[in-house]
Amino acid sequence: MSLFYFVAFLSVFFSLLVIFSKNPVHSVLYLILTFFTFTIHYFLLNAQFLGIVNFIVYMGAILVLFLYTLMLMNLNHDTEPLKSNLLKVIGVIAGGCLLVTLIASLKISGNSEIVVLKDPNLGLVKNLGNVLFHQFLLPFEVSSILLLSAMVGAVLLAKKES
Amino acid sequence: MQNMSNVIQSIPLNHYIILSAIIFCIGIIGVLTRRNAIVIFMSVELMLNSVNLLLTVFSIYRNDAAGQVFVFFVMALAAAEVAVGLAIIVMIYRNTNTIDINVLNRLKW
Repeated sequence: MSLFYFVAFLSVFFSLLVIFSKNPVHSVLYLILTFFTFTIHYFLLNAQFLGIVNFIVYMGAILVLFLYTLMLMNLNHDTEPLKSNLLKVIGVIAGGCLLVTLIASLKISGNSEIVVLKDPNLGLVKNLGNVLFHQFLLPFEVSSILLLSAMVGAVLLAKKES
Repeated sequence: MQNMSNVIQSIPLNHYIILSAIIFCIGIIGVLTRRNAIVIFMSVELMLNSVNLLLTVFSIYRNDAAGQVFVFFVMALAAAEVAVGLAIIVMIYRNTNTIDINVLNRLKW
């Protein structure tokens, strides 16, 4: 039980470091740590398939893409022009107001039940594969077309015009 | 794996919702306070991930596998979105030599 609160504290801490560190490369590295804590959350929930996909796709593919772009543009120095302090304070207040609203509405809705894993096989690859390829076969195929078009679009956008 | 699933037996649903709300709001604060386009993009990723975690928790709470399949689709979408978005940022950098979003104000008029 206390493991969950420790990991939750770590994810909040690292995500705060992501947005408050000056150097963009440090931000990406802290984001990798944040996503690693999310992977631990998935494993604690026994959602093993999602944990592995989060590990491979987010930490392996997406963040390497971020890091690669940062290195490509040679932005790994602290030259980001900072917003004025007034705008920063306003942004933090706006985000804090949203958080207070969400938590207050949660408090009004009363006490919640405990999350219980009724079926231990729920998040395993076998069960999810069955659901994915029977109930969600068409969206799965459509998402492959989406990935193909995204790949073509990315290559077309990043190509130098001749 | 059985002992791991016992870990969550004592955590209320509210605590997961609060955790996801906190991380979502951190992402929003990042979007509002930073000027580097890539850091803003990373904050958006943070918000997507918090929602993913909450969807997984709801799926386990309701004992319904469709929530986890939805999280899988969100991850595939996020991968496509990151590829296209980073290509756009690279193009902007090539044209304006900066990724400061305050330069990109020509659509403001």
